[in-house]
Amino acid sequence: MATLKLQQVVKRFDSTTTLHGIDLEVQDGEFVVFVGPSGCGKSTLLRVIAGLEPATSGQVLIAGQDVTQRSAAERGCAMVFQSYALYPHMSVYDNMAFGLINSGVKKAEVVSKVGEAARMLRLEELLQRKPTQLSGGQRQRVAIGRAIVRDPKLFLFDEPLSNLDAELRISMRAEIRDLHARLGTTMIYVTHDQVEAMTMADKIVVLRAGKVEQIGAPLALYNHPANSFVAGFIGSPRMNFLPVAALDANLIRRLQLPATAHTIGIRPEHVVPDAAGAITLQITQIERMGGSSLVRGKIGEDRAVVHDLDGNAFEFVVNGQTDLQERGSVQLDFPTAQLHCFGADGVRIELDTQRHAA
Amino acid sequence: MKNFLTRTRGRRRLHWTDWLSYLYLLMGLLLMFAPVLWLVLSSLKSEAAISEFPPTLLPYTQKMVKLGGEADDGKLHPVFTVKGADGKPREMVELRRKGIIATMIDPAHPGQALKINIRERQPVREVSVASGNYTELFGKFNFLQNLNNSVFITVMATAITLLFNSMAAFALSKYRFTGQKAVLLLIVATLMIPPTIILVPAFLIVSGVGLFNSLWGVIWPAVATPTGVFLLRQYMLTIPDELIEAARMDNASEWRIYWKIVLPLSAPALAVLAIFSVMWRWNDFLWPLLVLSKPENFTLQLALNSFQGELTTEWHYLLAMTVITLVPVTLVFAFLQKYIATGIASAGVK
Repeated sequence: MATLKLQQVVKRFDSTTTLHGIDLEVQDGEFVVFVGPSGCGKSTLLRVIAGLEPATSGQVLIAGQDVTQRSAAERGCAMVFQSYALYPHMSVYDNMAFGLINSGVKKAEVVSKVGEAARMLRLEELLQRKPTQLSGGQRQRVAIGRAIVRDPKLFLFDEPLSNLDAELRISMRAEIRDLHARLGTTMIYVTHDQVEAMTMADKIVVLRAGKVEQIGAPLALYNHPANSFVAGFIGSPRMNFLPVAALDANLIRRLQLPATAHTIGIRPEHVVPDAAGAITLQITQIERMGGSSLVRGKIGEDRAVVHDLDGNAFEFVVNGQTDLQERGSVQLDFPTAQLHCFGADGVRIELDTQRHAA
Repeated sequence: MKNFLTRTRGRRRLHWTDWLSYLYLLMGLLLMFAPVLWLVLSSLKSEAAISEFPPTLLPYTQKMVKLGGEADDGKLHPVFTVKGADGKPREMVELRRKGIIATMIDPAHPGQALKINIRERQPVREVSVASGNYTELFGKFNFLQNLNNSVFITVMATAITLLFNSMAAFALSKYRFTGQKAVLLLIVATLMIPPTIILVPAFLIVSGVGLFNSLWGVIWPAVATPTGVFLLRQYMLTIPDELIEAARMDNASEWRIYWKIVLPLSAPALAVLAIFSVMWRWNDFLWPLLVLSKPENFTLQLALNSFQGELTTEWHYLLAMTVITLVPVTLVFAFLQKYIATGIASAGVK
């Protein structure tokens, strides 16, 4: 039973606090993804769980036992590093066998365990090569293999796919998912890429500046983000945010926005082009990808109107190919069922329309 | 390799820059190797040939032959060329010499003896290697014993130096502890102290501990070198910390991390330090001179010193021994070159 529990974990480096009291519970066999922008503390949190950094305060419990004071080796975790951290002077076999030999495992068992992991990851041909003679994807599999042979309670991945090219990333994503299905071990995965988070996770933990913003299943985060940060982080292309103050009064009434509403958000894929729509978009750019088209533009005639909280252009997605032209205009409608509303502090406000739908 | 060596700028004929390049390289070669060549060749000359003027490149000695037939007295006699009555030079063998008049006989006509002024004859010379220079050394003063001492000191000192310095460098590069910077500064600061100042205190300690006149008294005092620590520490800093963390997660003890991960990866820097250490120890003169007093404990350098008297220097032995002294260092260099080159070429973490 390899559950993980974090209780008020705080991490301070000299005077800066990187983690502000993290509370988290992970069930046995779950695939949890820590996601967040650079510098949010996700890698630090992973290292605290692994035991590579001591927590300033708080408890880490693995499989019900308090391991906060234990060293990294005693926790029973295995880690896959971003740069793989393979020992360059040892062969692939030695790299994978190192941990087992250090733990005093008999040679015959080492051979069989390494052989099994090599078979699982298609590394049998490469066992005698050195890491410098392998491609990036092969090195990554060796790093994963090194973690697998140790039969750990917890797998920890620190942005393992960020050094691979786009195509390899997609295939490795599937492989890691497959691995999880086969081994059933609890896996903690750190990434800054929300696509990886959405496609791989059973549960996503969104972090910002050392605090947990929201924890939940991918679709829960997509449909009901707790605040504007999570709403803007999850989902690609990014959600459009419009300040309520810039909206036309009629529109506000039609959408039934409460008085406390400060910002509304609508995902590009949910915006509907409607000839009778109340919103006019002046198109500035169209990205035609064949299967879908991304239309970018400005709302409002007056250039003084702020189009987005961050100054970004308004975007919406059309399936397939479109006849819309740049420098044209299009009428849009925001379906209330997919509208998100946030207060001045960024916290989500449930709309009456949605309360009924949910 | 052949391609590289014969690469020229011009297509087939040599461009003028090629001529210049080759000239420059040739000059460099001569400059570097001429002294060494001279040393080796001179060490093969007999004592007389060394002090000859003008000096010759190859070792020549005078040709010596046995008198044939009845005149044979079992001894070798020197051969000279003499201008004969007809003006043609011919070879003659000297029977005996009294002052400036030599009694010479023609080997073809042994009966006829001629008395010739020594100024009118030229010695016949041939290239001959005076290997006696080397072989006689072994007879003199315990050469093998001194060679053993030198080798023992160099090997043991290098091994201990590598071990201690790499441990210190590992601690100073891969661990964070209070006072780390202070310790490093302290170690490097000792470089500022001239060795001569430490000579007397170090000697007092060595004899106080009872290591006077012992090889270990020569070895121990200088094993912890600040240069070595600094060199290795700078190299170890380039070993990614993630490798050490991965090893920690792989349940490796700190010793195993040091022995199995950090040390093999530091091979190029260790090779450099080994070369330094061998050079320092093999050529070390002052400290062994102070510590060792019995001739059987002397190192080669000290023994070499004994050939240089106040009034005379036995050059031929000196030269032979110098050549012997150079050989080990050259071998060490040649052997360790490989490690430095492969170390630089290897890639670690991506």
